[in-house]
Amino acid sequence: MIEQTEIWFVIVALGIGSFLLRFLFLGFIGDRPMPPWLLRHLRYTAVTVLPALVAPLVVWPAANGGETDPMRVLAAAATLFIGFWTKNVIAAMGSGAAVLLVAHYLP
Amino acid sequence: MAQSDVMSSFWRGVRHGVPFILVVGPFALLFGVIAAEAGLHVTEALAFSVVVIAGAAQFTALQLMGENAPTWVVLLSALAVNLRMVMYSASLTPHLGGIALWKRGLVAYFLVDQAYAVSILEYERDPDASPAVKFAYFIGVVLPIVPFWYGLTAAGALVGAAIPPELGLDFALPIAFIAMIAPALRTNAHRAAATVSVILVLCLTWIPFNLGLIIAALGGMATGAEIERRYGL
Repeated sequence: MIEQTEIWFVIVALGIGSFLLRFLFLGFIGDRPMPPWLLRHLRYTAVTVLPALVAPLVVWPAANGGETDPMRVLAAAATLFIGFWTKNVIAAMGSGAAVLLVAHYLP
Repeated sequence: MAQSDVMSSFWRGVRHGVPFILVVGPFALLFGVIAAEAGLHVTEALAFSVVVIAGAAQFTALQLMGENAPTWVVLLSALAVNLRMVMYSASLTPHLGGIALWKRGLVAYFLVDQAYAVSILEYERDPDASPAVKFAYFIGVVLPIVPFWYGLTAAGALVGAAIPPELGLDFALPIAFIAMIAPALRTNAHRAAATVSVILVLCLTWIPFNLGLIIAALGGMATGAEIERRYGL
């Protein structure tokens, strides 16, 4: 059992810490110009952080005990493929979900 | 322009945000359930989701507290999971740096993965929109999502019972993120950046506190920036 005081301390400290991480650039830099080299790097934040967040979840899903599950990899591949060629987010999500559903109801 | 642009941007944000209720909802529910199983009261679970508003960090903190890790390890690990938010904040600053401080504070509070991903892709599609229009879009995206994050955390903590894992809801987040990223891989620089990032993160899982994620992302960003510098966008 977790101690009551520790829970509240963690909630408050984590809340403040997370807010400061999120506020760091938005709050303290604001509309001061940023150097071109930095902007050039920041253009690739979305396409690097999000894939890095997702890749381990695809390859070693915790729900499968951290073991690679071929159907999840296939679902991820289908989503990527459809999303890349159609540029349609909903179609991409649908294709990934379809692969998982088919896999779930196959023997 | 002004008012009508801002309103239409807001509603476009709402439309783009609504589908993510399906992604965020199960996570909130799951967090509530796990929190209840770890012995947290409903108010404590809800406070977690309202104050911290970062799913992955909340799961990390709960997991480590359950393992009786020292409090500083709990905080450091959960904050390390949230380090990516610094990069989100930095990459939104060129778009939203011009709005009032309290609005930037509001954006910072609501800066969750889904809101960031949807908004930055919209801003890249239309970089010349005014900061007010971009802010309205962001608020539109988070407004439908956040009540479900709060509400379903509380619901999960109240229900407490286990959600059957064979539903495969754990995979809602990966699928949603891949679906969003794939259309953004427009140029060779973007594709190379994403590829390098994925390879690095899979090789760096041995690094503690999720720092592999940060290193992988920085490696990918450097790759994209260098290709852009040499060959242009």
